[in-house]
Amino acid sequence: MSLTLSREEIVRLASRIETAQVYAHSIRKLTEEYPDMTLEDAYAVQTELRRNFEKAGHRVIGWKAGLTSKPKMIQMGVDKPGVGFLTDRMARPENSVITVSDLVHPRAECEIAFMLKSELKGPNCTREDVLAATDYVMPAIEIIDSRFTGFKFDFESVIADNSSSARFVAGGRPMYVEDLDLPTIGVVIEQNGEIVAMGAAAEVLGDPAEAVAFMVNVIHDMGETVPAGSFMMSGAITAAQAVKPGDNVVARFQHLGSVSVRFSD
Amino acid sequence: MDDAMIKKFGDAIYDAYVARKTIKPLVELTDDIEIEDSYRIAKHFIDRRVAAGETIIGKKIGVTSKPVQQALGVYQPDFGQLTNEMVYANGAAVDLNKLIQPKAEAELAFVLKEDLTGPGITAVDVIRATDYVTPCFEIVDSRITDWKIGIKDTVADNASCGVFALGDVKGDPRKIDLTLAGMVVEMNGELHATSTGAAVQGSPANAVAWLANTLGELGMPFRAGEIILSGSQGPLIPVVDGDHLKCTIGGLGTCEVSFEGRAAV
Repeated sequence: MSLTLSREEIVRLASRIETAQVYAHSIRKLTEEYPDMTLEDAYAVQTELRRNFEKAGHRVIGWKAGLTSKPKMIQMGVDKPGVGFLTDRMARPENSVITVSDLVHPRAECEIAFMLKSELKGPNCTREDVLAATDYVMPAIEIIDSRFTGFKFDFESVIADNSSSARFVAGGRPMYVEDLDLPTIGVVIEQNGEIVAMGAAAEVLGDPAEAVAFMVNVIHDMGETVPAGSFMMSGAITAAQAVKPGDNVVARFQHLGSVSVRFSD
Repeated sequence: MDDAMIKKFGDAIYDAYVARKTIKPLVELTDDIEIEDSYRIAKHFIDRRVAAGETIIGKKIGVTSKPVQQALGVYQPDFGQLTNEMVYANGAAVDLNKLIQPKAEAELAFVLKEDLTGPGITAVDVIRATDYVTPCFEIVDSRITDWKIGIKDTVADNASCGVFALGDVKGDPRKIDLTLAGMVVEMNGELHATSTGAAVQGSPANAVAWLANTLGELGMPFRAGEIILSGSQGPLIPVVDGDHLKCTIGGLGTCEVSFEGRAAV
């Protein structure tokens, strides 16, 4: 795997994605124009996108893992998850109303998030390193959005599109990892009061801490470390649920309380 | 259905059970069968097993999850009776030579410390009357050809009960969130499925309350010491010689079974 895109192409693709994200319109997947695009190209576009946002004053507050469950990886034809960055502008308060008119294909999913108390860096970051560096975990709902037309995408396009990151809501009850058995934490998602999905955190690479270690190693390949204070969203435990104006989504976590969010036009 | 027909069908299922053969769905053998008849047939089947030396030690609840209810077109659970002949120890190898077309289900088991006599029982009473809860595997089996069951067939066939194994940890139901408790099922060392108690009637305690009320209406006893398998929390798992299954519920330890031999079908 190597970089096949020129610097100019990376800048142009990052700007195309930024525009699609900001103005909530859909674009064709990048691989239609660049069928030979590699994963390294995709992360280079994502990095350029991150720099653009940072130049505009957004603060990178952490990272997220995407495509962490086996069914999703099989669906995408990949054998490992993807990584994206999170900024302060994506955060929404618990119980807030999220506007869907500035999103393209919004879907909600629930995850366990890790707050780091010390720096993590790759390569070879392990689950044990993650647990030792974790201050606490807390539950979160991520609202993902794909900026690609008709939900047609491939792994490279998704990575360039910052792994479909859009909004997130953290809430519930923080807990120390040593007080929890992470893989067996159960979660139930209710949409307008009806249970629509459920599962246990083992869906995420067997243990969500594994997903955080995986992210740290990918971030290392991007030339970055993960500082103390980073907020790491470890990946969806259940299938993402499409949301529409008027919906209320509540994720109820064993031991970690619940996170609630509403959606409007 | 008259008593002679009840006896005829009950004997046919008993004979199939003993010979490890299957019979046609009852609904193909008669037009004249209601669910009440099916429960009478099941009673005759179990009476034959008790007459042959088995002892009733509990109940199983089936048809508890939404997908199974939709597949069978019924929107309430059913139940069957457990006997001492069905018990395997935690970690034991289930002898497939004694079964016809087995499939495994991971569940939460309850053991009662007080009688639970319906009608009028609620989930609140279930917690009070429960001695302990523990993860379990039920190996369901059908005496009906190719599992071509409707609700009337499975009820008559003792709710498709085969054999079962309980975990060793005796968990206090007052110390666990039965709805959100996450369950992780591994098959041959790989993650197979995860779920939560909410998969069973919103909470397994709701299923046990349903059972207490249903038994009360039928005038059947539901005694302290009885084991209740509260219903599958995940998909049915086909098993063959050499397979190994492990079910973990946080705080409740594990239940494990392996499989040896060859089932009849």
